[in-house]
Amino acid sequence: MEELKNQGLVNKSEYMKFVVQFHKMMVDKRLTLAYEGEVTQEITKAFTSMTEKNLEKIEEDGKIKKKVYHVMVECLQNIAKHADDETETASNKLEDGLAKTGIFLIGSDEKEYFITSGNGILNDNIAPLKEMLDNINSLDKDGLKELHKIKMRETAISEKGGAGLGFIDIARKTGNQLEYHFEPVDSKSSFFLLKSRISRVASED
Amino acid sequence: MEPLIINKTDDTPAIHLDKVAGKFEFTGKSLPEDVSTFYAPVFSWISDYSENALPESNFIFKMTYFNTASSKIILDILMRLEDMHNDGKKVSVEWHYEEDDEDMQEAGEEYSEIVEIPFKFIEG
Repeated sequence: MEELKNQGLVNKSEYMKFVVQFHKMMVDKRLTLAYEGEVTQEITKAFTSMTEKNLEKIEEDGKIKKKVYHVMVECLQNIAKHADDETETASNKLEDGLAKTGIFLIGSDEKEYFITSGNGILNDNIAPLKEMLDNINSLDKDGLKELHKIKMRETAISEKGGAGLGFIDIARKTGNQLEYHFEPVDSKSSFFLLKSRISRVASED
Repeated sequence: MEPLIINKTDDTPAIHLDKVAGKFEFTGKSLPEDVSTFYAPVFSWISDYSENALPESNFIFKMTYFNTASSKIILDILMRLEDMHNDGKKVSVEWHYEEDDEDMQEAGEEYSEIVEIPFKFIEG
């Protein structure tokens, strides 16, 4: 009995140590939000309005504020619409409200805001996604504008309510490359990470 | 013809389409999860209106933000207006953007390159 109690104490203090570490890591990496869980429209609205208020408080430039808002919405709605999530609580149906598990991080330093999103993906779906991202990364400003124009005309709203324009739009709004990574999970699936960077120094053009 | 009036929410714009008042306006933010369902009444209203449209209609967009799915829907709306224009009705678009919002200005300019109806840009 005594032993069990001590065990509990050890675990408890280990957990507290973990939280201390976790807090330190968040501060070191300058993260202001780190989330793991279901991504829904309610979460999208809550995170974006929270971030909007934070940026207003520090009197961030209006243009940059809009870009951050824009990228956040696209990243979060991407998870809700496109994540391959086979857990029981996931929802793929618009009429029930979409819900998919993912992670979402936002942080900033003096130079930029960085927004990272992550979600499960079936290995079979990696190649087309990678091809799309590489194609976007190979284009300059005018190339992206042209691709956007073509896709916007051609595309139709999917059954999940997407237009297939999110990544092009993030690349155009940020003016930066889309940084991505696929972390293998098992023989069937991987975890897809996307990092978008928004410069805090207003562009010259 | 009955007007279509939709109040704004956190993630959808205010919409005011009224033939009698000659007012056709979209205002605010658009990032609904299900754009097709949200905008369905707009398409059916425009379809009815185009059968008996006023000789001149000025559609006003005062959007502060829209997601990519909504950007596609807005193009579809503009293309319906272009059809009306091609059928001999005068249709124009007034594209408002907030001061210094170059992304919103550019979005409007790009629409004006795709659809052949007169656009007027208004800042502020």
